[in-house]
Amino acid sequence: MTHPLHRTYSYGGQQEFCLCFGDEAASRCVLIIPPLFDEMNRTRRMLVSVMRALAERNMRTVLPDMPGCNESLADIANQSLNNWREALCTITAEMGVTHIVSLRGGALIDNVADVPVLRLAPVKGTSLLKTMLRTRIIADKEAGKSSTAEDLVAQSRSRPLELSGYMLSADMVDSLEHSTPADLPFVQEVSLAEINGSPLWLRAEPQDDPAMSAAFATYIARWSAECAG
Amino acid sequence: MTDSLSDKVRSILSDILGLSAEQVAAMDEDTELFGALPELDSMAVAGLLTEMEDRLDIMIDDDDVDGDLFATFGSLVSFARAKVNG
Repeated sequence: MTHPLHRTYSYGGQQEFCLCFGDEAASRCVLIIPPLFDEMNRTRRMLVSVMRALAERNMRTVLPDMPGCNESLADIANQSLNNWREALCTITAEMGVTHIVSLRGGALIDNVADVPVLRLAPVKGTSLLKTMLRTRIIADKEAGKSSTAEDLVAQSRSRPLELSGYMLSADMVDSLEHSTPADLPFVQEVSLAEINGSPLWLRAEPQDDPAMSAAFATYIARWSAECAG
Repeated sequence: MTDSLSDKVRSILSDILGLSAEQVAAMDEDTELFGALPELDSMAVAGLLTEMEDRLDIMIDDDDVDGDLFATFGSLVSFARAKVNG
């Protein structure tokens, strides 16, 4: 069993946690930018299995907590996609990142370094926001309250809006509404079919998929070797 | 119910709810969904609607959505068909 290393990076005057695997001396270091918000929780186990498999191939991997998420003590209501891009810039510099792999909404914040990027199922910010608004509208309806997407977005301009358990600032809602994955010079997309996978981030309950993790790790190892600097 | 639209709805249900290929293949018009599938809660409903919009290229107004829509596989496919046919 490969053991994780617990590292931190500094952002906004706080230390934020990073889960790392692999030998510090390895020539390739892959930053994994996970899906955002609740989709992140549903893919974490699959991603950690990918990291273990890459460590066995002598590759380093880094999976950061974004400020305001997971173990972070920062207030989620003070974050925006731009804050998160800044945090990722710090990590790429501090940890010597040579490649980036982003998933889903992670592709909205992967334009942070001049390194090759591999994307799995990139998604527009509006699609993420729409699903989260919908969840809130359905929950409100079950509680006997009626709300609309327009009302909720308008409300976010005066105070943080709670969606899927996250308090989102006006900046965060606005940046989700207007963000799409950036055009980058060294970007490649991998399809779920190529890694024998299924969209775990959509699942109502978090699930694992060892076959998908193994195939994804093999794909990342080959891709990163092909575009090594 | 084995036309391409009902197969797309099957594949969306399988992806969102993590149901097996056999389980979704066995669904027919009268198969109960809401209340019969523990995986189908309000979080899952929101994901299902957005995924149906993306994959079937339709728009779903949140006002159109009530419990009856997810009562059976047949009611869900009929709703999707009405939207696709505009």
